Amino acid sequence: MNPFSSGTRLRDMIRAIRTCKTAAEERAVVRKECAAIRAAVSDNDQEYRHRNLAKLMFIHMLGYPTHFGQMECLKLIASSGFPEKRIGYLGLMLLLDERQEVLMLVTNSLKQDLNHSNQYIVGLALCALGNICSAEMARDLAPEVERLLQSRDPNIKKKAALCSIRIIRKVPDLSENFMSPAAALLKEKHHGVLITGVQLCTDLCKASPEALEYLRKNCTEGSVRILKDISNSSYAPEYDISGIADPFLHIRVLKLMRMLGQGDADASDSINDILAQVATKIESNKNAGNAILYECVETIMGIEATSGLRILAINILGRFLSNRDNNIRYVALNMLMRSVVVDSQAMQRHRATILECVKDSDASIRKRALELVCLLVNDTNVKPLTKELIDYLEVSEEEFKGDLTEKICSIVERFSTEKLWYIDQMLKILSEAGSHVKDEVWHSLIVVISNAADLQGYTVRSLYKALQTSSSQIGLARVALWCIGEYGEMLVNGACMLAAEEPVTVTESDAVDIVEVALKCHSSDITTRAMSLIALLKLSSRFPPTSERITELIMQNKGNLELELQQRSIEFSNIILKHKNIKTSLVERMPVLDESTYMGRKEVSSQDVPAVKTSKTAPSEALLNLPNGVKKPPAVYMGDLLDLSSDDVPATKPSTNDFLQDLLGDLAVPVSSGAPLSGGSDILMDLLSIGSPIQNDSSLSNSVSTGAVNSSAVSSLASLSSLTSPSISVSPEASIVDPLRGMDQIKRQPPSTAPIVDLMDGLSNHVVSVAGSEKLDFLPITAFENNSLKTVFSFTKFPGRPQVTQIKATFTNKSLNSYTDFIFQAAVPKVH
Amino acid sequence: MIRFILLQNRQGKTRLAKYYVPLEESEKHKVEYEVHRLVVNRDPKFTNFVEFRTHKVIYRRYAGLFFSMCVDITDNELAYLECIHLFVEILDHFFSNVCELDLVFNFNKVYLILDEFILAGELQETSKKVRFLLKFY
Repeated sequence: MNPFSSGTRLRDMIRAIRTCKTAAEERAVVRKECAAIRAAVSDNDQEYRHRNLAKLMFIHMLGYPTHFGQMECLKLIASSGFPEKRIGYLGLMLLLDERQEVLMLVTNSLKQDLNHSNQYIVGLALCALGNICSAEMARDLAPEVERLLQSRDPNIKKKAALCSIRIIRKVPDLSENFMSPAAALLKEKHHGVLITGVQLCTDLCKASPEALEYLRKNCTEGSVRILKDISNSSYAPEYDISGIADPFLHIRVLKLMRMLGQGDADASDSINDILAQVATKIESNKNAGNAILYECVETIMGIEATSGLRILAINILGRFLSNRDNNIRYVALNMLMRSVVVDSQAMQRHRATILECVKDSDASIRKRALELVCLLVNDTNVKPLTKELIDYLEVSEEEFKGDLTEKICSIVERFSTEKLWYIDQMLKILSEAGSHVKDEVWHSLIVVISNAADLQGYTVRSLYKALQTSSSQIGLARVALWCIGEYGEMLVNGACMLAAEEPVTVTESDAVDIVEVALKCHSSDITTRAMSLIALLKLSSRFPPTSERITELIMQNKGNLELELQQRSIEFSNIILKHKNIKTSLVERMPVLDESTYMGRKEVSSQDVPAVKTSKTAPSEALLNLPNGVKKPPAVYMGDLLDLSSDDVPATKPSTNDFLQDLLGDLAVPVSSGAPLSGGSDILMDLLSIGSPIQNDSSLSNSVSTGAVNSSAVSSLASLSSLTSPSISVSPEASIVDPLRGMDQIKRQPPSTAPIVDLMDGLSNHVVSVAGSEKLDFLPITAFENNSLKTVFSFTKFPGRPQVTQIKATFTNKSLNSYTDFIFQAAVPKVH
Repeated sequence: MIRFILLQNRQGKTRLAKYYVPLEESEKHKVEYEVHRLVVNRDPKFTNFVEFRTHKVIYRRYAGLFFSMCVDITDNELAYLECIHLFVEILDHFFSNVCELDLVFNFNKVYLILDEFILAGELQETSKKVRFLLKFY
């Protein structure tokens, strides 16, 4: 006898483990038992083998390694007695799975047991096979299982049927062999055999199209008959669940019917009646009945059912929705979601109920209902639905607000038909849940506002009011700051008053106050503060009387620990103090942001627009269709400069400006004083391209490369390829575009002055395009001229595509010589 | 199809775990841990269904024991809920007033009963009579 062998019974071991107070104690007991079992294994102990394996299974359940017991299972399976085999198979299923190679060793034992004369042993083998068989075993043992499907014992039959399911799942090719035995099973009376047989048929339909065809022919009637029989059968306590005879069988048959009727009118025809009968007859006051109804509805939606039947199904779901049980409502919402494509008309009738579910206390129901509501939105109901949702946003739980906000925003963006409504809804959302609003959403709001000239006054005043009441909403604060900076004067003078608008009196210092609050508020993040700084800078020129106070506010941040804020405030105070002459134009209102460009970019970047194919209008179209009050000058490049997806949008502009200014030293940047609206932007562009608008009478000390341009054509063209120095080339006489810049633009030409040419850089998405001009007809320009070569650019715009400009270059040979190997090279900056 | 069945107490001790899909041992422990975490904190008023990875877990609580079944996302939740109840009724019949300790000390019998009830991830028998279990002992 082995000294380690404890010989404790299974019950004693479990008790010993349960009495352990600590994990260490438990480990000690398990270690001792494992050592004893190991010793018994190496002794090849026969007597206690099955007891040891049972212990090992318990140890396995506790999570300890037990691989050394695997061979014991095989030995037990190979023994002759039923109790040994039973524990052996149990261990096999618990300790091994289909991926272990050891399993192959058991194939032979399984084969023998499948052919055993004792039906219980056959049952054990079938059970093990069904639970863990691998593809190879499935191939090897399929004939045995097929034979057992025709056995006389119902217990064997049902196990064999489920085994067959496992086999055809592993090896779909084998499904052919099982078609006719499966069909035969449906004629049985035993419920176990029926339910497994029906399940086998369902799986066969999934596995192979031929089987589906075969079963459609041979089983459609059979399944109808089964359903009739059980629903008409008398009370049988054995199968009765809350007054319904075998709901499980009901459900399985309905599922099979779905497979058979899907896409086949004839089969659907023959099951329509029984479906109607089930749908009307089953009581829906218990879970079992509801489970059947649920399956029935799904089948009706899945097959080619009559429209009457569909309405019946949708009504059942409507009843589910008003059920008090959360489970029932949850499945109803799920089901409605799946069938929304089938019949959205009927679904609309339950809109009110679904909307109620959005407000449910159970998170999973809320989530489903919200998704469903988004699917139900269309042009006609968008306004009341949005109103309901926004109203709910006020009272909803904090953790649900994120989801809800996202969905409302997507609905509003997708379905808005008028700008005023869109802006109003967005303002409401921002003031309720501004912190949950994603960046893209408020970015596109700004784009819309900048395009709606007639609504800017109203918007900025509403934002001002909203910010006063809910200043902690980050999204709201940012949009409001941006708008106050841009349209500050409209806030004060009450321009563009809408008819329904309540007048509000805001003084200039009120406006500065609110920005100051945002700047100093603890809850504001860096981006918001940075935006406040810009708003202040802008206001300092809009409201000259407050200028001093603003300067002070900006100065306060000069020592800010945040680099971004510090840098900005230093730059801005420099602009205010040292560059008074250009400040006005620097802080001009932003040019209108081009919606199509912005939307196009957004589309590209976010391909994960809600996967709703039913909506007719894509988001971009919806916005583009907005009636637009202003003429849209092509402002493509501005979109690029301002790239709204970057962290701090409008900030880029002045700060870069200032930075460049510093770079350029005290270079005077001449600006015509009566700069039109977009003048600021022009300057901005110029600065960004490290050039400056040069009037022909200005004397520039650092102008370079004029000579280069005027030198021989060859050298000039050669220099095109070497983009090394950011030189500013100027021709004193006429309009010459620096070839180094690659891009050119004609600026608005004041009648009094000579043509000014800007040096534009990186301004377009297209290789050849000119942006920023408001007129569609352009004068051709002489890009280059010397004694031997003249280059003239002429421009054409296409009416429908304002972003694209065609440039035609004409080269004229003025010399007597003929040119050969003429190469024209254009350098175009890369636009991201 | 049922992916796995778990029987856990409130503390997260697994009393029965049956997998119909092959999983690594470590993965099994992770799954058991995650499922327990998912179901144990849910309000009793909430639905008995939780989404779990790409499947869903249908669970039901009986005293301190959670019966959880992981099934395909398209399966009928209500049917599996009923299925869990039937299983509990069968256990109750067999052990006459089943309690957690019965399941601990007779874990092998519980597995055998389960094998007679569910096979290859599908329901095998819907009869409530324990007749088919009598051959055990």
